[in-house]
Amino acid sequence: MATSNAPPVDVPRRGSAAPRHRAGARLAPYIFLSPWLAGLLIFVLGPMAASLYLSMTDYNFLQPPQWVGLENYVRMFTSDPRYLKAVGVTAFYVAVSVPLQLGFALALALLLDRAIVGVSLYRAVFYLPSLIGGSVAVAVLWRTVFGADGIVNAVLGLVGIDVGRSWVGSPDTALLTLVALNVWTFGSPMIIFLAGLRQIPRSYYEAAEVDGAGPVRRFVSITVPLLTPIVFFNLILQTIFAFQSFTQAYIISGGRGGPADSTLFYTLYLYQQGFGNFEMGYASAMAWTLLVAIAVVTGLNFLLSRYWVFYSDGRS
Amino acid sequence: MSRIAEHHVAGGGNGPRTSRLSALLWHVSMLVLAIAMIYPLVWMLVSSLRENSEIFTSGPFDVSGLTLDNYVRGWNAQQNTFATYFRNSLVITTAVIVGNVLACSFTAFAFARMSFRLKPVLMAVMLMTIMLPEHVTIVPQYILFSELGWLNTMLPLTVPKFFATEAFFIFLIVQFMRGIPADIDEAAALDGCGPFRTYTRIMLPLITPALATTAIFSFIWTWNDFFRPLVFLTDNKLFTVPLAVRLFADLGGTDWGALFAMSVLSLVPIFLFFLFGQRYLIRGIATTGLK
Repeated sequence: MATSNAPPVDVPRRGSAAPRHRAGARLAPYIFLSPWLAGLLIFVLGPMAASLYLSMTDYNFLQPPQWVGLENYVRMFTSDPRYLKAVGVTAFYVAVSVPLQLGFALALALLLDRAIVGVSLYRAVFYLPSLIGGSVAVAVLWRTVFGADGIVNAVLGLVGIDVGRSWVGSPDTALLTLVALNVWTFGSPMIIFLAGLRQIPRSYYEAAEVDGAGPVRRFVSITVPLLTPIVFFNLILQTIFAFQSFTQAYIISGGRGGPADSTLFYTLYLYQQGFGNFEMGYASAMAWTLLVAIAVVTGLNFLLSRYWVFYSDGRS
Repeated sequence: MSRIAEHHVAGGGNGPRTSRLSALLWHVSMLVLAIAMIYPLVWMLVSSLRENSEIFTSGPFDVSGLTLDNYVRGWNAQQNTFATYFRNSLVITTAVIVGNVLACSFTAFAFARMSFRLKPVLMAVMLMTIMLPEHVTIVPQYILFSELGWLNTMLPLTVPKFFATEAFFIFLIVQFMRGIPADIDEAAALDGCGPFRTYTRIMLPLITPALATTAIFSFIWTWNDFFRPLVFLTDNKLFTVPLAVRLFADLGGTDWGALFAMSVLSLVPIFLFFLFGQRYLIRGIATTGLK
């Protein structure tokens, strides 16, 4: 009562300022948003619309675009074996490297989730590769590591396995070296897993222990379900990243996607078509197909998540 | 007497001994894995200090006859010296950091601390652009920048950042701002602070950790970026460091020493940021990863 009586002096003052203030308050958010909104229109939505239009044209950058309808899309799937090859290479890369990478990330996070001297050092060492995994320097290094005279063959030689040929030079194994490179960068999902593990309340484990649950039971009944949202998050993110990988394949194959198109990532083929052959209409159609593919895979992941992702607050 | 008792306790219980054994096992396996992961990088560093003829023939622990020749040769091997490429990379990354920090925090302030009618829609649009592959916009952007006469300038790589096009950082800063009590803005408003002054005087100082994370990630991603410079820059004197390193690889890669030397140099700034910014990097990943 006393407090509500205190500021009557304030009321008129606030009242007189209110109309101006309210109009300002309604506009203020949009002032703060204006650079982003402008950027969204000029650099994102506008180009997306233009790209959708170009995808239905024949356009070589020099002459004006010629409308061809869905011809580019038909051509991709019916008369362009390299395109289908690129789809296959990328699908294999995503389907194999992402689960492997997340498996490593989760295993290491579980191993590092303990109070022991040296944890932060190991965490840093494991995290480092994910910062540089996309660089030209590391791709260059990878090419030599898996080359005929590279470290991998040298180590295999020590244990008596004589490979004698280059892993990046053979169509059967070149893509596997790129998978290995992606697995090597498990550090950033590992950090996310670690943060997730630390969010699980100690009290859950203590209560389970009181109830007689052993370490395995505690892991299966507490850690696993409470970690599924983080697994899901990492899966979505890393899948989207993997679809867009470019630099590694470009450097390892000298920009060609070889040998025998075995490292022809989708984005690499898109680059070759758009900026090598200046088939910009076709490249736009490829880009939109990629967008749809990523959206479909992400959507499927969300649908499937109902069956395995557990949310402790009850939402599904 | 008491010492004997202590000894008995330490030696008697099975618990301490097995846990020490498991700790040892743990350390050994972590160490082996860490070495296996880092070994290629160490090998590159050592190789960059060797004569070309010895790179693939010397044993890993043979450190005799190391030389800096590769660095001198590599530095001058391309059309321009690496001083040019480093300067280009530095100018671009600095501009990108400034752009991302300013524009993304400005935008995040509206999303995190203000209410407006279109907020749910715009927030959803913002989050979706994080997932958008840059390949969908690259062709029209190329056409746009060519119309503007910006091809072969640093503008396509920097100007968009001043319009908060890196939505990931908006998201990161929004997440961080949500953790700051709302009373602070209300108190500021009562004291007569308009939204702009609340942003500059109150919010910016409070979110410096998020801004640091933004700056560090901006640096690392821009420094490593290869695709966009490859598309927009064709003039050698504008090349960034990754584009210049690639030139060695394109030559058929016979001068391994020079290639490794410049590769090592190209990674040095990342290592420095990693060493000094690790705390912010790890916190940044954890906050955005968890929402």
